[in-house]
Amino acid sequence: MNRRDFIKAAGIASLGIAAKPGWDLLAQEALRQTAPLTAKRWAMLIDLKICADKEGCRDCSVVCHRIHNVPDFGNPKDEVKWIWREPFERVFEDQENQFVPENLERSPVLVLCNHCNNPPCVRVCPTQATFKRPGDGIVMMDWHRCIGCRYCVAACPYGSRSFNWRDPRPFIKELQLDFPTRERGVVEKCTFCEERLAKGLIPACVEACKEKALIFGDIEDAESEVRRLLNQRFSIRRKPELGTQPQIYYLV
Amino acid sequence: MLEKALIGDRRYWTWIAILFAVMGIAALCYLRQFREGLGITGLSRDVSWGFYIAQFTFLVGVAASAVMVVLPYYLHNYKAFGKITILGEFLAISAVVMCMTFIFVDMGQPFRILNVFLYPSPNSLMFWDTVSLMGYLLLNVLISRITLGAERNSLPPPKWIRPVIILSIPWAVSIHTVTAFLYSGLAARSFWLTAILAPRFLASAFASGPALLILLCLILRKTSNFDAGREPVQKLGMIVTYAMCVNVFFVLMEVFTAFYSRVPDEMAHFQYLYLGLDGKHALVPWMWSSAVIALVSLVMLLNPKTRARESTLAIACIGVFISVWIDKGLGMVVTGFIPNPLGLVTEYSPTLPELGITLGVYAMGLLLVTMFFKIALSIRKSVA
Amino acid sequence: MHDTLKIIIGLVVFLILMTFPLWYNLANGKATYRPEPEVITKSIPGKDKCILPAEQMRVRHLSLLNQWRDSAVRRGVRTYAAGDGRSFEMSLTRTCLDCHSNKDTFCDRCHNYLNVKPYCWGCHLTQQDTVQSR
Repeated sequence: MNRRDFIKAAGIASLGIAAKPGWDLLAQEALRQTAPLTAKRWAMLIDLKICADKEGCRDCSVVCHRIHNVPDFGNPKDEVKWIWREPFERVFEDQENQFVPENLERSPVLVLCNHCNNPPCVRVCPTQATFKRPGDGIVMMDWHRCIGCRYCVAACPYGSRSFNWRDPRPFIKELQLDFPTRERGVVEKCTFCEERLAKGLIPACVEACKEKALIFGDIEDAESEVRRLLNQRFSIRRKPELGTQPQIYYLV
Repeated sequence: MLEKALIGDRRYWTWIAILFAVMGIAALCYLRQFREGLGITGLSRDVSWGFYIAQFTFLVGVAASAVMVVLPYYLHNYKAFGKITILGEFLAISAVVMCMTFIFVDMGQPFRILNVFLYPSPNSLMFWDTVSLMGYLLLNVLISRITLGAERNSLPPPKWIRPVIILSIPWAVSIHTVTAFLYSGLAARSFWLTAILAPRFLASAFASGPALLILLCLILRKTSNFDAGREPVQKLGMIVTYAMCVNVFFVLMEVFTAFYSRVPDEMAHFQYLYLGLDGKHALVPWMWSSAVIALVSLVMLLNPKTRARESTLAIACIGVFISVWIDKGLGMVVTGFIPNPLGLVTEYSPTLPELGITLGVYAMGLLLVTMFFKIALSIRKSVA
Repeated sequence: MHDTLKIIIGLVVFLILMTFPLWYNLANGKATYRPEPEVITKSIPGKDKCILPAEQMRVRHLSLLNQWRDSAVRRGVRTYAAGDGRSFEMSLTRTCLDCHSNKDTFCDRCHNYLNVKPYCWGCHLTQQDTVQSR
């Protein structure tokens, strides 16, 4: 055998040797306790009529911030928040509406990442640390890859993203083992509880809302509750004219 | 050639020592920032880009302005610029290095910066900005090395450098256009979402960059034996004049569109800058100073007598530089975030460590400029 | 050559300084030191063995964790099929540290010896972190 033939044989042999472990690595065994929740496109409805009646209710943000180890820095400069309340006229300032019904005017409006279908933050990320999941449309964060340039923070029209200006660990009241913290120097935001969806659970905020003001579901599924409600009631979204196609609908 | 920077008189070494001292303080500030996080700056959840990115934006303009001496000389054979093209290129190199350093100190995770190259994202302007800045740096390093090397050997530069130099002309325009696109492509920030942003950037760059070059030429005349001559300085003065006219015109265009259309979103930013918004008015004195200085400098530049006299030309150039710096280095970046997406005004002012790091990066840039100019002039002296 | 003596002395001093790690560790007996990570594991039904044998784990745990990271975060695929047919959840805290709950006497032993500081621990939590926070 000459050298050339030997190298050819060695190449084919190494391909053969790598085949089994490679195949095993890619093999998917359906050994899950609960099937994950899947959708073509996740969306959330926030019923402002229900939320409006509950002054001082913070159930959703308290739960979200607790289970995701979101730090509390205690000052608005360094603040990190994934879901929180804002007054109606600030959230829908572009309506320039002088005459809003009184109950809506007083109502706190929940704001969070809109998981846009056309997300500007994803378009500007130089490392794809934030990306849109092709399967279900969730705008995800990869905290391993984020370089902390904050371009996404500038690009988000809704102010949903927070940056870790300091090390968050000392500012987390009770560390939850189940979800990693983040380091100083990365951007974070709501991820639609994708880790819970993988275990067949709905997002924590939706579960925590005692009044069922938050409705979560697959907007591409014509039979889902989300679609049913959108058919029955008028909804508004934040800054729709920017073309981001947000997937948080506010039922008025 | 670098050894030429190690020979100097007492004045030279004192200057170098001062620069190193400033850089040393900045290094300590940066160590603290690296350990504790960017929270030690004045940046906040609402205003997430501030002094560092603003300096980066301003300096990209200064880097691009080298094209204003290269273009007339290489494309139109304007021989008078022959002696100062190398200075323009060296200024560009220092400015680009400063830009990259400012981006580095602004990153939350600077040691992950290679991710930009490991996972290239052509849809992100920041990727293209990195590519174009690196390309421009390489171009200028190559051009200056080859042309200066040829000058040292009293030979004409090799023919192949000419297309490289011609390439640097559109490339210079592109680096500042890409930087402008970084801002003007964001639907979220109505202050930046304007087609005139890139032209504004270029106009202010071609005003401030050559103004700096004029000042450097005048300083060199006093501190070394290098005399650029009267004609290049006067021509640069004319370029600064025209560019500043266009720059001021563009600013007025923006103000008109905002206030004639009376769209609240558009007006809010200019109200914050020039009148104050919701009782917050930190930038108002700065912006009006910038406007007054700009107008006074423009008058001095437009008047042929004050432009011809080099003492008044120098004052006008200082005025142009300061005015554009305030406009781009202070007003432009921060105002994009004010008001925030929910209509609130959060003000920003840099903290002491932030200023320390900024001064250190500027000192590093000045060190590079000093070093490069010393090399260029030593070579010229030894050849003559 | 000139200054022969000074040059030879300089070279010898340089060699001594440069080979310092070698002869110093030989002299104080630390050359044969091997870090001994304590493999204390809880008895968890169905998890009697690690994902891979120890020798393989020693070499591959870096790339394995990187694979898990990309698969779980970027593709949402969280089930790992080991070579011998068993299935594991791709999680540092919930799978690896479930058995190896003693990071200080296990992971850190080798890492400290080699002066390796993986940045995983900046985010991923251990039992000790959660206990300390209470």
